[in-house]
Amino acid sequence: MKDRTNVNALPTGTASVRVGLIGRLAGMSDRAIAWLFITPTIVLLLAINIFPLIWTISMSFSNYKANMGWVADKNVGIENYLEILTDPDIWAAMQTTAHFVFWSILLEVLLGFGLALLINRKFRGHSFWTTVILLPMMLSPAVVGNFWTFLFQPQIGLFNYVVSFFTGVDPSSFQMIGDVALAPWAIVLVDTWMWTPYVMLICLAGLRSIPDYIYEAAEVDRASAWRQFWSVTLPMVMPFLMLAILFRAIENFKMFDMVNLLTNGGPGSLTETVSITLKRAAFEKWHTGWSSALAIILFVAVFGAANIYVKVLNKVKQR
Amino acid sequence: MSGKNTAHSVVEASERSKTLSAILVGFYALVTIIPLMWIFLTSLKSPADSVAYPPKVISQPSLTGYCNLFTFQSRQTPEYLASLPAPTGYCERVTRERGMVIAGPSKTPGRLLNSVIIGFGSTFLAVFLGTLAAYGFSRFKVPLKDDLMFFILSTRFMPPIAVAIPIYLMYRQLGMTDTHLGMILLYTAVNVSFAVWLLTGFIDEIPREYEEAALVDGYTRLQAFVKTVLPQAATGIAATAVFCLIYAWNEYAFAVLLTSGVAQTMPPFIPFIIGEGGQDWPAVAAGTTLFVVPILCFTIALRKHLLRGITFGAVRK
Repeated sequence: MKDRTNVNALPTGTASVRVGLIGRLAGMSDRAIAWLFITPTIVLLLAINIFPLIWTISMSFSNYKANMGWVADKNVGIENYLEILTDPDIWAAMQTTAHFVFWSILLEVLLGFGLALLINRKFRGHSFWTTVILLPMMLSPAVVGNFWTFLFQPQIGLFNYVVSFFTGVDPSSFQMIGDVALAPWAIVLVDTWMWTPYVMLICLAGLRSIPDYIYEAAEVDRASAWRQFWSVTLPMVMPFLMLAILFRAIENFKMFDMVNLLTNGGPGSLTETVSITLKRAAFEKWHTGWSSALAIILFVAVFGAANIYVKVLNKVKQR
Repeated sequence: MSGKNTAHSVVEASERSKTLSAILVGFYALVTIIPLMWIFLTSLKSPADSVAYPPKVISQPSLTGYCNLFTFQSRQTPEYLASLPAPTGYCERVTRERGMVIAGPSKTPGRLLNSVIIGFGSTFLAVFLGTLAAYGFSRFKVPLKDDLMFFILSTRFMPPIAVAIPIYLMYRQLGMTDTHLGMILLYTAVNVSFAVWLLTGFIDEIPREYEEAALVDGYTRLQAFVKTVLPQAATGIAATAVFCLIYAWNEYAFAVLLTSGVAQTMPPFIPFIIGEGGQDWPAVAAGTTLFVVPILCFTIALRKHLLRGITFGAVRK
């Protein structure tokens, strides 16, 4: 609503300007209007995204340190890139990230798809429960990470208490965030809690896109429920599922906010995802050149995945 | 399904499987909502109750958390406290009971205000620019349209930390670090890509005939856009605006790296709500509750458009 009145106000302005502006705009060709409408967005994106990207590329070939700007930086060629690709810490962070991406997505797909199948049976009250289930995914990942640290407190935390209530383990005997064996699972657990609804919602759309007559035909052919699931439901939902998996994979690959507040990469650097390594290098150690190179590597990976994502997106769109 | 005779149709689940599904889904929903309920309950506990073992589900309700969230307190000697006049308000009373006095307002109102200013500012700009661009893409033959659309969406996928390095240097150079304008522009750039995609979907759905009729009636292209397209896209524009607002409200990575005080929003601030000797959990919970409640309301209002929103307008149900 707000925008409508504003756009309305755009050509009016003051009386004297009005005639000239309207006259000019009214006489514009469609082509000119199209460019007039699209250009501001493109310019903004070039200024805030592409220009910095180019700057990052140029810094990635230097040993620049942003906290010591007075020291002349020199061109180091591809040294930063070689250093990163042979750095065992980076490979450890990549492994941490891969563990996190793999397990969180596996759990989200199993739970999300399962829930979607159940909700698709359209029992009474299903839309109410769906809305309740959706709530976590709209929250701020940072705030979620922060309040889960409270739930994960040993002894006083609700999570430890519930676990001890059902298993009899002493609630102060384990720390989800502090234990080496448990911390990688703490971030998987919180991510699953938060993003299962995302996968569920997209799977539900996939299930609803399957026309009834296909199941009726399968029934005529006396296909078992199991057979129907594997040869009708799953293939038909697959593009939607891929959409959800790809998006979550991209998002979790670059995960920063939730993990930063939940474990801050700890204990040690055990839950340090690549984004946290990058933050530490760029804003704590101020290895600007080196971290620019890492940023570019991350960006290339994400850009490749985004390319595939858009292809799947267009495929789903056509249906 | 049409009548009772189709009750055993394959596409309609049996009563028993429906009941079972309802129980399982209801159970999941309850488990998933417990963490949120727990934060809300904690915000209404006294500091002692919030760290009690075993955790207390029911406790004497207390607004201490909210008092601590909005005030800055200091510990005083009992003699000094005894010399003070009787406490006037609720917050002053509970603070005195803990041997402290209210020394002034906290930073919380300022941070909330920053979240509101940056959230609404960037949402307004992103939706304004996004509506124009979406109309351009939807109605006109734009050369390289698919490439431009992909370019626009790909900016949304950039890892925030990777973008933050040059943005930090750029803003330092321009004097825009820790300013409202800097954050508004940054969030606008992230949101505009989303807004263009979502709004292109919405505008594509509006039949062109309305505009063509308006053009025949002698309206200019621009008038036709304002008088026929905008009113029909109002729902879509509103939904897009809410999504943008939620993003800006929730954003943490840019905020924590590029702001420190003047323009700091709530997400980087909440973890640093600390009392004497560590985190003041009721105050953190109170801050979280106040921060999260608007999002929950928006989510419920948006539920019909959620699917569209999370798939950039591709899946329309």
